[in-house]
Amino acid sequence: MDSVLSEDPVALKILIAGGFGVGKTTLVGAISEIRPLRTEEVLSDRGIGVDDIDGVETKTTTTVAMDFGRITIREGLVVYLFGTPGQERFWFMWDELSYGALGAVVIADTRRLTDCFPSVDYFEQRGTPFVVAVNCFDGADRHTVDDVRIALDLDHDVPVMLCDVRRRTSAKEVMITLVEHSLRTLTAAG
Amino acid sequence: MSANQWLDDDAGPIVRPYALIRGRTRSSGDTFDLIATVSTIGEPTSDLGPEALQIYRAARSPISVADLAVELDLPVGVVRVMLGDLRDHDLIKVTSPSAAGSRPNEGILKEVINGLRAL
Repeated sequence: MDSVLSEDPVALKILIAGGFGVGKTTLVGAISEIRPLRTEEVLSDRGIGVDDIDGVETKTTTTVAMDFGRITIREGLVVYLFGTPGQERFWFMWDELSYGALGAVVIADTRRLTDCFPSVDYFEQRGTPFVVAVNCFDGADRHTVDDVRIALDLDHDVPVMLCDVRRRTSAKEVMITLVEHSLRTLTAAG
Repeated sequence: MSANQWLDDDAGPIVRPYALIRGRTRSSGDTFDLIATVSTIGEPTSDLGPEALQIYRAARSPISVADLAVELDLPVGVVRVMLGDLRDHDLIKVTSPSAAGSRPNEGILKEVINGLRAL
């Protein structure tokens, strides 16, 4: 066994973001062995009005389940996928999740494109490389990637692509596009 | 009827997770990254609780914090507190990929791209 590899494993983190029900879980499941990861988070005041804490006012944490997938590239090189919690009240979890992340996939549904605005804003502000994957739901109008790019007011270098998150080859293509984009960002930054 | 009829997986844990860590919600020192690698460095001398022992055993070959939580079916926060205890006793080391300033280099990313293509 190569001792260098086993002592210095490389772990990379990719986030899967987008609105509620847009296909984050499906994407993670299409390309990796998916498992639910339980976390518990301190309730912030952002939960007020959303979490009914009548009678349990002393409750300060809430349980959040996240999608968690792992792709082993080789021994000692693993890519972890984390589906970000869709609800806005879990925004505060994103800072930890996105810290040190290689990049993010923002899944968009053209029927409710506004749902992915917050994710796009977030990654733009943090300077996290991201791609926008337009999930082609049955029955959804097909928009060109250029329409989506304009509607989201994306920088010209942000990749936008159509995908079907249920299909493994499509999911793979999205991930490869993201890592290639991260690589370009990395080399451009020197 | 079995006396244990109510005690199945659906019923949830008999001991609430936070009871396992004596009500603490924060580990000593820094928060461990979800993808930080945990590996054992010492042999336990004192008695560890069953869950801490499980973590220790699972980390005999390096494992991420998130994988530990999934395998032990415990919330991440609970695992983190236990990891803090194990580290304080010099039983494990936790290597954080992002704290080490090790932004992935070009070679690694190319390897990932090729690996994804080969999936």
